[in-house]
Amino acid sequence: MDRRDLGALFLHMLALWFVAIGGPSTIVPGIHRYLVEVRRVMTNAEFVELYTLAQVAPGPNAMYVALLGWHLAGWAGMAATTIPILVPALTLTLLAGHLNERYPNAPIALAIRRGLAPVTIGLMFASATVLLRGVNHDWRGYLLTLLTVFLVLRKSLNPLWLLAAGALAGIAGLV
Amino acid sequence: MRPNSDPSRISRFALFLAFSRISLSSFGGAMFWARRELVERQRWLTDREFVELLSLGQLLPGPNVLNLTVMVGYRFGGWKGAAAGIAGFLGWPCLVVAGMGVLYQQYGALPEVQRALAGMSIVAAALLLTNAIKLSAALPRRWQPWLFVLLAFVFVGVLRWPLIWVVAGLSPWAVWINRKESD
Repeated sequence: MDRRDLGALFLHMLALWFVAIGGPSTIVPGIHRYLVEVRRVMTNAEFVELYTLAQVAPGPNAMYVALLGWHLAGWAGMAATTIPILVPALTLTLLAGHLNERYPNAPIALAIRRGLAPVTIGLMFASATVLLRGVNHDWRGYLLTLLTVFLVLRKSLNPLWLLAAGALAGIAGLV
Repeated sequence: MRPNSDPSRISRFALFLAFSRISLSSFGGAMFWARRELVERQRWLTDREFVELLSLGQLLPGPNVLNLTVMVGYRFGGWKGAAAGIAGFLGWPCLVVAGMGVLYQQYGALPEVQRALAGMSIVAAALLLTNAIKLSAALPRRWQPWLFVLLAFVFVGVLRWPLIWVVAGLSPWAVWINRKESD
C-alpha cells in the first residue's frame, strides 16, 4: 500500500468509527466491504481468519482492526486503522465525560444514567445469548457454560484459569 | 454518583497500570475484566457507577470499554488521566497484535489454534453472562428498569434486530421516563 492508499484507509476508518455506536462489531460489515470488495486488498478468507485470530488477542474486541492494518502494511497500516478509534473517544467521549463530571446532578444527566443502565444490561444479556448460541454446538458446550457461570459467581477463582481450561477442552475436542 | 467535591485523585501511573491489567487479561471482550478491576479490585467505582458510565460509553461511538476508560481516567486524573488509561488499554494489545500478524503470515491458521479458540469463546461468552447477572443486582427493585432489560434483551438477543435501531428507539424513551426520577 502506498501513502495515498493508507491515507484513504485512514479516512474511511475514521468515518466508520464515528458511526460505530454500539461497539466495534457493528462496523465489521463496513470494513469488510471496503477492504475485500471495494479496494480488493485482501481476500474474504484472510479477513475472516484475521478477525477470528484477533479474538484470541488480549484487549478490546476492536483490536481486530489493528491486526487487519498490520497485515496490510505493517506498523503504518496498523496506525491507519487504529488511530481513528481514538478520535471519537478523545473528542465526543471526553466532552460527555466532562459534562457528566461537571453537572452530575443535572436532571438530564441523572435521567440518562438511570434510564440507560437497564438498556445496557439487557443488551449484555443479548450479547451473551447470541455469542453462546454461536459457539455452543451441543450439550457439552452448555455444560461448560453453566460450570463457568457457577464458578465465577460462587468462587473467587481467577477466570483466566477458566479460559485456559476452555482452550484445553477445545484442543482435546471436548466442546 | 460520587459528589463532585470528592478530592479522590488517583495517580496517572495507577490508572495506566489498572487499564494495562484490564487490557492484558481481556480475552474475548474487555467488559468482564473492566468490572473486575474497577469495581472489585480497585473499588474506584460501585456497580451502579460502573453500569452508568458503561451505558454512557455505549451511547457514544467507538468501543464502549474504551469510552469507559476515557471517562474513568478523566474523572480521576483529568485529561492526562484519560491519556494514561488509553495508553495502558490500547498500547499492549497493539504490540501483541503485531506479533500475531507476524505469526499469521508465517503459519496461517492452525487447526489447533482454531479449536482452542472455540473452547475459549464458550468461556468468554459465559463470563459476559455472569457480568450481566452481577450488574443486574445493582438495579432498583422496581418493574420499570426490568422492563427495559427485558425489551433490550428480546429485541437484540431473540429477534436479532439491529442494535443501533434498538438503542435509538429505547434510549430516548428510557431517559424520558426517568426525567423526574430521583433516588
